[in-house]
Amino acid sequence: MMIVRISDDSLALALGADALAAAFTAAGASVERVSSWGMHWLEPLVEVDGIGYGPATVDDVAAILDGTSALNIGPIAQHPFIKPQQRLTFARAGRTRPLSLEDYEATGGWSGLRRAQAMSGEAVIAEVTQSGLRGRGGAGFPAGIKWNTVAKAPGDRKYVVCNADEGDSGTFADRMLMEGDPFQLIEGLAICAHAVGAQTAYIYTRSEYPHAIAKLRAAIDLAAAIIAPLHMEVREGAGAYVCGEETSLLNSIEGKRGVVRAKPPLPALEGLFGCPTVVNNVLTVAAIPHILSEGGAAEYAALGVDRSLGTKPIQLAGNIKHGGLYETAFGIRLHDLVYTIGGGTASGRPVKAVQVGGPLGAYIPPSQFDLPFDYEAYARADALIGHGGVVVLDDGADMGRLARFAMEFCAVESCGKCTPCRIGSTRGVELLDRIRAGAKVLDPVGALPQMHNAPKVARTADQDIALLEELCETMKFGSLCALGGFTPYPVLSALRHWPEDFQ
Amino acid sequence: MTMERLQEILARHAGTEGPLLPILHDVQRTFGCVSPDTQQAIAQALNLSRAEVHGVVSFYHDFTEEADPRPCVQLCRAEACQARGVEALVEAAEAAAGGRVRIAPVYCLGLCSVGPAARVGDALHARLDAAALVRLVEAA
Repeated sequence: MMIVRISDDSLALALGADALAAAFTAAGASVERVSSWGMHWLEPLVEVDGIGYGPATVDDVAAILDGTSALNIGPIAQHPFIKPQQRLTFARAGRTRPLSLEDYEATGGWSGLRRAQAMSGEAVIAEVTQSGLRGRGGAGFPAGIKWNTVAKAPGDRKYVVCNADEGDSGTFADRMLMEGDPFQLIEGLAICAHAVGAQTAYIYTRSEYPHAIAKLRAAIDLAAAIIAPLHMEVREGAGAYVCGEETSLLNSIEGKRGVVRAKPPLPALEGLFGCPTVVNNVLTVAAIPHILSEGGAAEYAALGVDRSLGTKPIQLAGNIKHGGLYETAFGIRLHDLVYTIGGGTASGRPVKAVQVGGPLGAYIPPSQFDLPFDYEAYARADALIGHGGVVVLDDGADMGRLARFAMEFCAVESCGKCTPCRIGSTRGVELLDRIRAGAKVLDPVGALPQMHNAPKVARTADQDIALLEELCETMKFGSLCALGGFTPYPVLSALRHWPEDFQ
Repeated sequence: MTMERLQEILARHAGTEGPLLPILHDVQRTFGCVSPDTQQAIAQALNLSRAEVHGVVSFYHDFTEEADPRPCVQLCRAEACQARGVEALVEAAEAAAGGRVRIAPVYCLGLCSVGPAARVGDALHARLDAAALVRLVEAA
């Protein structure tokens, strides 16, 4: 019987993959549900004998089965979007059934864990350090150093926490990995727990990802005997963006408000329930099994540029023709991502800006598209790589409105712990409204008769903009965490490159 | 009856580390809200003050103190969906919803390459245009 492979990733489900699968079954085909290749503009993508058809609807079933469909994209593995990629973390994407232990084992699964278990924790950490792996969540902190701190920290009880609270707009790599290859994440966590001497591992993810939660829980049950005696559990967030910040996340697992903790103490020394804790992002953890397989660390370190080593799963999103997941070594230029790989905008209109790194990332104009994907190069350009989300906007975008949205989002999502973020974001919204209204309005508080020293004339637009810049500086350097500290990036970059949108 | 079901939930999480959020999720799903009465009972069971429980309930967007029986369509309004034109659909969705359906914003469903996206229950929908979104709201 003919085997038809269709993804059960939630993006494919959102586009009707279940109905499509049912139609193929009804037509007499045997359907296998696999992970997504990441070519999202072609989803739901149907694979028959290695040949892809997409985006398919139930009306295409008959033609796909008799091989006459015009949706034929040729051999998927040779597709120009797939072929040039360097897939380590997403090596299995599209190729395996997410909850099949058999598929996982057959594609090299658990080999990293088995090798690590035969090694001392110290030796495992040495290999992770040697690979040059840095935190893929955005901060880019070297994973080996963090693990070493936890391993050496005093205390019998230690934890591993996987930060799977992928709240950034434009990012979906964590979700795809949790849904498509959950055993890889479990294996990475088990290796980490072995290395640092932890007994419990938590995966904290968002309530907006119900499919990922269900898949992970099922996968943990299936793998329980393999990772024993390690206890692993999924914890569900409750719709607070700030819980993606590691110290908020720890409070949230403990059952508290997701308020940021001041550092020090570092979570590596005093983390979950006051115990030494490794907090790593999904993609950081998922890179571990490959690194721990024979020769993996050296192979990993050979990829990338400068101090940004290995591969980075990049998410092409927003107004882009060929959106999806693109994993490649660090160093790729934004120009290639947006135009060559992404095919430009979906609307066919000129690209105006690209936001890299989620809602807290800078807006980058086409004149800077030569920027290589590299933590330090982005930092020098006053931008961030963050979690690797690339959101493309066409010339219809209003950058002033997006800057206001960034401030408003910060105001709504601020945990309230520190003043620059809590108050600054609200004042930022007010200031942007005043600037965009273009009207000379007296500051409402300054207008009070009691405010003897307040200026009695309304600020000019230039003065308001200078004040906004000053406010952003205060938030950048005075906030406790990335939410308040990075919100100035989208605001200031929009202001710098598209001042006309603020008039 | 309510208290019996609450006790069941509490018993299910006994022995869990940091059980408050998992309990609140179960309560919200079972009763549609976390009412002041249940907050009191949860506080008692976990040896917390009622203020502590209330503080947690009010911090997270997922928990509410009052139930809203209307069906809910969560529409993603984050940057990537904005870039794909979600703002132009909001008016049509709200008109179709009237008072019968609740249209709630959500900031990212992880479908950023195929937006605009929406969620009804655990069902996801993407590549929405005004007509598809209106159909979705009407069927909710």
